Amino acid sequence: MKNGRKTILEIKNMSISFKQYAEKKGTKQIDLPVIRDLSVTIKEGEMVAVVGSSGSGKSLLAHGVLGLLPYNGKMEGKISYCGKPLTPKKVEKLRGNEIVLVPQSVSYLDPLMKVGAQVRGGRKDAAAKERSRELFRRYGLEESVEDLYPFELSGGMARRVLICTALMKNPKLVIADEPTPGLHLEAARQTLSDFRAIADQGAGVLLITHDLELAMEVADRIVVFYAGTTIEEASADDFRQEDTLRHPYSRALHRAIPQNGFGYIEGTQPYVKDMPEGCPFGPRCEGFCEECQKDIPWVKSGNGYVRCIGSLEAGRMRA
Amino acid sequence: MILTAKDISFRYSKKDREILSGFSLEVSQEEVVGLVAPSGFGKTTLCKILAGYQKPDRGEVLLDGKPLSGIKGPCPVQMIWQHPEQSVNPRLRMREVILEGDNIGQDIIKGLGIEEDWMNRYPAELSGGELQRFCIARALGKSTGFLLADEISTMLDLITQSQIWHFLLEETRRRHIGLIAVSHSSALLDEICTRKIELQR
Amino acid sequence: MNQRKKTIIYFTAAVIFLAAVAIGGLFCKEAAQATDFSQKNLLPGLSHPFGTDWLGRDMFVRTIRGLSLSILIGLAAATVSAFAALILGIASATLGKGVDAVITWIIDLVMGIPHILLLLLISVALGKGLTGVVVGVALTHWTSLARVIRGEVMQLRESQYIKIAEKLGHGKLHIAVKHMLPHLVPQFLVGLILLFPHAILHESSITFLGFGLSSEQPAIGIILSESMKYLVTGKWWLALFPGLMLVLTVILFDVAGESLRKLIDPGSAHK
Repeated sequence: MKNGRKTILEIKNMSISFKQYAEKKGTKQIDLPVIRDLSVTIKEGEMVAVVGSSGSGKSLLAHGVLGLLPYNGKMEGKISYCGKPLTPKKVEKLRGNEIVLVPQSVSYLDPLMKVGAQVRGGRKDAAAKERSRELFRRYGLEESVEDLYPFELSGGMARRVLICTALMKNPKLVIADEPTPGLHLEAARQTLSDFRAIADQGAGVLLITHDLELAMEVADRIVVFYAGTTIEEASADDFRQEDTLRHPYSRALHRAIPQNGFGYIEGTQPYVKDMPEGCPFGPRCEGFCEECQKDIPWVKSGNGYVRCIGSLEAGRMRA
Repeated sequence: MILTAKDISFRYSKKDREILSGFSLEVSQEEVVGLVAPSGFGKTTLCKILAGYQKPDRGEVLLDGKPLSGIKGPCPVQMIWQHPEQSVNPRLRMREVILEGDNIGQDIIKGLGIEEDWMNRYPAELSGGELQRFCIARALGKSTGFLLADEISTMLDLITQSQIWHFLLEETRRRHIGLIAVSHSSALLDEICTRKIELQR
Repeated sequence: MNQRKKTIIYFTAAVIFLAAVAIGGLFCKEAAQATDFSQKNLLPGLSHPFGTDWLGRDMFVRTIRGLSLSILIGLAAATVSAFAALILGIASATLGKGVDAVITWIIDLVMGIPHILLLLLISVALGKGLTGVVVGVALTHWTSLARVIRGEVMQLRESQYIKIAEKLGHGKLHIAVKHMLPHLVPQFLVGLILLFPHAILHESSITFLGFGLSSEQPAIGIILSESMKYLVTGKWWLALFPGLMLVLTVILFDVAGESLRKLIDPGSAHK
């Protein structure tokens, strides 16, 4: 159904590393690879969720795409936007217009500027006014909200204002960075369904979140992030059952959901400096073998992708 | 011991509305109590008041009938926070962080899967899940009788969440530590709690 | 080359240079005063690298001696000033609102008056000379560092990990030593080093203006002010070399302090 749609963002083999001092007091600098070999594609009207725990490096994905990495960050790989390479120059031009970031909190709003003026980005023409009114209506904000200052907004209103601000220029790509932490379940659901609505209007939405359960409810596809690497990309439907998942980590995640048995496996996600050779999940995996210590390719598997040798073999056997 | 919150009211400043008004709660050391509340309720504030970090405008928090604020030494009511990166001093090695707790046993460190190698590191060299394990260990000192967990697994992956809660439930049951858990996830609270309290404004 | 290596090199170079000047100066008290009329008004050359003055005194020795005096005075004044900043900053942040209000008011007051003016007043009031200059520089330079320390302590006191440490039963001393000192020491050291160039420049300025050290001592300010009279007669070397050396000293201190500051600043800590 979605195959005929235009691809908006294509990230191929993206790696992001940070230059840091190896020791707290030493003079040697090393490159810490925070994201390794990440590939994601987002089409028109599609919502793709990248799910990973805090500290797994997933927020850097947004910063990398938007060209906002700090001075010691370095990015490799190919990013194309609407079929053409997204160069730093180009992203600077598109940022805030065609490509927008919806930040986490109101603290990104100017505290001394009324909401209306802020949403319109300083424009005073009739078209801007009309567009902002239309957005306010769509997101259930009263016209009087325009005259409020950011501190007068409730949490939920503030989030809707942030979304309206992002949608003013009719963006083609919306990147939402952790929009739900600290929200009550209902409010989080509401926020995510707002993003769903943006996708349904035709834009591509990249949702970066730690909350797999919520992502399953709204996203079309889910990319599972483990210790800086994508280990599986699957349709949200695949996540409803354990058998349809390809990677042992995704399956363990599925079992760990409280409603699905609240089970767990031993071990922790390794910190970037402790990354094992080959598959980062290897040391915690039942099916661990020598092959897992080599580079694992990102391969198509059914309607998704997986980075696991065991799953490849299982697939071959099934075939 | 019994932890009692009596008729607690609180507002951030005179201009604001009361975020807590006349809140009361009684928890024994055999219980795991889950608190569910809509966003904007001030769950973190409530935890801070129950753990003695914040004074309520009215009402009091009592431990076996005595005010919590009068206790000297390590507080029997300990709180674990949502963001572990803010709960540890960035300039202290993890070994020192553990030493801050009241005689943390080796069994706790093992039980939480803390590896010896992490002990010599600074907080910036550990992932969020690894750091949170240290924060939990530090709160489980000899004198701890009640534990407040404020969204402690929200930012972690589901497997880490499950690991941490399995350990905490086992440890608190064995040592008779009362547990009060705050989470936005009812499913999680259904799984871990003996009693669930829905808070309304 | 990365930030840390650069810092180490700058720092070592600065320390070696400054120590050499300061210590060297101590040993040439007589040489700096010695006159030799057969050698007067000589251009810089091999035997006298900075030339000689109208009394035949060797300008190189005089410059080293002058700088040495300035560095030692700067050292004394900056140290006193930095410790005053440390104590007042911590007091301001920890001893309650009343104390904070008073100290903040004094900080604003001192900062409100131009340094050089206040320095002159203090120096003159204390009868010029060494004490006047040291006290003057010490009393005028502590304010900005005190502000930094006050802010840092206040922020630390509100931090989650310190509140947790209190709940875990740790006393004020433990918290101050374990939690606060590691944050304050780097700030303090950088502040101290960045105070040196100010102290030295201000000492030389008021001496140059005639309100500092007495004219018997070959302080760098005295040398410069005396040399000014001979500039019109074409004896450029009398002011040029001492001036350059003063600038070099100040820059070296500044470079060392700035690179140290960059090391502890999270915004550039990994350069």
